[in-house]
Amino acid sequence: MLRHLNLQATGSAQPSAGRTIIENVSRRGFLKGTAAFAVVVQFLPFDAEAYETYPHGGQSMPNGVVNNPLVFVSIDRDGTVTIKAHRSEMGTGSRTSIPMIVADEMEADWSRVRIVQAEGDEKKYGNQDTDGSRSLRHHIQPARDIGAAVRRMLEEAAAKRWETDVANVQAVGHEVVHKTLGLRLGYGELAEAAMALPVPARADLRFKDEKEFRYIGKGQVKIVDLHDITTGKAVYAADVSLPGMLTAVVARPPVVGGKVKSADSAAALAVPGVVNVVEIPGSPLGSKFKPLGGIAVVARSTWAALKGRDALTIEWDAGPHGSANTADQEKELRASAGAPGAPVRDQGDAEAALASAARVFTREYYQPHMAHAPMEPPAALANFADGKCEVWGCLQSPYGARGDIAEFFGLGEEDVKVNVTLLGGGFGRKSKGDFAIEAAYLSREVGAPVRVQWTREDDIRHSFYHTTSVEKIDIGLDANDKPVAWRHRSAATSFLSTFAPDEGVQHPVEIGMGLEDMPFEIANVRAEQCKAYAHTRVGWYRAVSNIPRAFAIQSITAELADELGRDQKDFLLEMIGTPRKLDWRAAGLPQEFWNNGEPYEHFPIDTGRLRHVIELAADKAGWGKSLPPGEGLGIAAHRSFVSYVAAVVRVKVGEDGTVSVPETHIAIDCGFVANPERVQSQMQGACVFGMTAAMYSGITLENGAVVESNFHDYDMVRADNFPQVAHTHIVEHPFAVHATGVGEPGVPPILPALTNAIFNATGKRIRNLPIGDQLQT
Amino acid sequence: MISLTVNGVERQFDGDPETPLLWYIRDELGLNGTKYGCGTGLCGACTVHLDGQAVRGCLATVAEAEGTSVSTIEGLSPDGNHPVQVAWRDLNVPQCGFCQTGQIMQASALLAASPSPSDQEILEGMQGNICRCGCYQRIVGAVRRASTGV
Ligand code: FES
Ligand code: FES
Repeated sequence: MLRHLNLQATGSAQPSAGRTIIENVSRRGFLKGTAAFAVVVQFLPFDAEAYETYPHGGQSMPNGVVNNPLVFVSIDRDGTVTIKAHRSEMGTGSRTSIPMIVADEMEADWSRVRIVQAEGDEKKYGNQDTDGSRSLRHHIQPARDIGAAVRRMLEEAAAKRWETDVANVQAVGHEVVHKTLGLRLGYGELAEAAMALPVPARADLRFKDEKEFRYIGKGQVKIVDLHDITTGKAVYAADVSLPGMLTAVVARPPVVGGKVKSADSAAALAVPGVVNVVEIPGSPLGSKFKPLGGIAVVARSTWAALKGRDALTIEWDAGPHGSANTADQEKELRASAGAPGAPVRDQGDAEAALASAARVFTREYYQPHMAHAPMEPPAALANFADGKCEVWGCLQSPYGARGDIAEFFGLGEEDVKVNVTLLGGGFGRKSKGDFAIEAAYLSREVGAPVRVQWTREDDIRHSFYHTTSVEKIDIGLDANDKPVAWRHRSAATSFLSTFAPDEGVQHPVEIGMGLEDMPFEIANVRAEQCKAYAHTRVGWYRAVSNIPRAFAIQSITAELADELGRDQKDFLLEMIGTPRKLDWRAAGLPQEFWNNGEPYEHFPIDTGRLRHVIELAADKAGWGKSLPPGEGLGIAAHRSFVSYVAAVVRVKVGEDGTVSVPETHIAIDCGFVANPERVQSQMQGACVFGMTAAMYSGITLENGAVVESNFHDYDMVRADNFPQVAHTHIVEHPFAVHATGVGEPGVPPILPALTNAIFNATGKRIRNLPIGDQLQT
Repeated sequence: MISLTVNGVERQFDGDPETPLLWYIRDELGLNGTKYGCGTGLCGACTVHLDGQAVRGCLATVAEAEGTSVSTIEGLSPDGNHPVQVAWRDLNVPQCGFCQTGQIMQASALLAASPSPSDQEILEGMQGNICRCGCYQRIVGAVRRASTGV
């Protein structure tokens, strides 16, 4: 994510979408029994040129996008089509969806397609950073390019064989047919000749008409790993082994930047099965993804390694962050957000408008650090031998990890190979390959293949945490209670502090996640970033800074609605204002406005689309209906990863303060949808993930060390309190409306929708996350 | 020497009797479908059957399994078509998949003990199994489907 920053210039706004046709199409076939409620809202195509060129930010990512079919597709003589998946699979379904698009466009029979996971090699495959909700957004068209090229090559090979013009043949259903003579050749028979042909130029490709799609947009294709997952055969990081392999667990310094002062490993070495105890060199805060250091116990079994680690006696030197405490940091953040910061957006004159406002409505919202806690804790296997290193791991950025390993050990990139297993969840944690470097280091030291297994305690105590922040907003109202000024001050620790010495400032990526791109129609808007210093490693966590921003913006909007005696949804729509595409210059956004790395003219901030999802979710949820005492509806919406999501959450708060969620309605506009079934699963997941973040997720530093350690004090929403029915409403578009993010944008609106609902149920306003025991009576 | 049966095969183990079943199953037997998620009985990723009862493999030791019959996900059904597995596939339950073998082992033990559980029994019976991806709605739907066929 931070390997590159795309500085977007921008051009004229696109002509607006044409008529909106709303048809309620029952899509019962596509998700039998999973309570799918998909609404079809058809926007007419509005940009024919975009269809041809499909501009998106993928080319601006490090190593860009590759659409060479020979890199991704091979065909066996028996007709088996092998498609390389080059993005990491962590639950979003991209390992299925992207190859499915290739297969559809090449007229392959999905039952004869095999998926092979690509190793980390961006020179070959293009960018592989699986984060930022980019997999489909950046690869939907390249996948079609690949499929169309292979189809064309197969057709040319058949035409050659039949000595006819290619216009007389057509690929259909895994074979090429002669249109008039009725001749047929299977893909297997044509494979060798076809794949030896020159790859056609993109301009010569013919793409399928959307009506011809077999798999794309249908939601009928099951994820490729489904059978393996349900039978225990799916391979995650800790499931790979090599002959002679040893397993290691590491005692890491409790405080980032800490060091071993003294250690006694005699008892550890006495544990049967323990082979070695190895110190790993540490690194201070700001060392990117280098290991934290510490003492590794290397053993013949995981159990022996764990017992050995328990038997270590270590005295730590805490280092410069040994006095950091969350309670103090919260105070610092509040003080920082309470004073002027550095402007990141200036529209009109917010200071003057606040000074002359009839009154100013001010609220402040706080969120502590959070840990990703993917179900699979980090793990990696490395074999370091003869100056070369091969790694297997649950890595979101395999090529990034390859570069980090090469740099750490002074190897050439060609001497490092990184293989990607399935990821048991990632959420941003596994973009950082510190655990792979640990495995490589230990393998080199002990001269055998080594698997490093992180325990849950390791995972929660040594993460790259979600930012901790205070978001303070002042809204100036005129004499008629009309908002005329908006000032948002954000004091948030930045992931920049993980990459370089901390200057207390945020990265444009973080600023672009809801701070500067706030879409309300208010005459005077100012956004400022205020200094915030990190005391632990900060990273990106599913939806990143959008979480505290959406929480603050959507909470204060509801609070102000209450203050003014207005309906929260109506007032939110009024704040968003007229349906329009934000003119970024007039809005006072800087030239380097991030816009999620996408060209603004094709991915503008479109308040019409934001309004639409709000209206859709509200309508489906029966906004305004009366509920029994102790129940409430809450609404929130947010644009992130260039998608638009609104959520209505219904809560029930028991007398003892117990929160349950009978249902949610989540409406998403993410452009064209290749796999609606996986969009639905991501939205259902986002409801749970957002609820967990709101209810439970808080990391506490005491004397620099993380207090929480496992699910007893860092709990998760479970089967007895999850949102019982998450209704997903997907806004449908034709292909020409760019596919946008799905994996992350569902999360940000869930937290404020939940806390707004809690307020409506109980009158208790949550401004500090997590909710924890704040509702307990 | 500890004797036990795993997926119908008789096994002997002469290592540390306090070894959790989870690590015995994974490291010694190479049956990787049983997962480590927390090591403290809080997540259910390691769920296996001990004489038909769902237990947490990270808590139960090999010594405690002496003389018992252990089933892991690999032994749940010879062809992988236990009704719970089929229901899981019918409803496209998994996201990342990591928790799912534990969920399936928990659900199959629940249904063996209570073939037509009420919704409340399902929620309570499954609450020890965390799914960080948040597949609960489909998990509960799949348990219901496996129990009733719809
Ligand atoms: S690993 Fe056993 S319950 Fe979590
Ligand atoms: S499917 Fe990922 S944790 Fe359950």
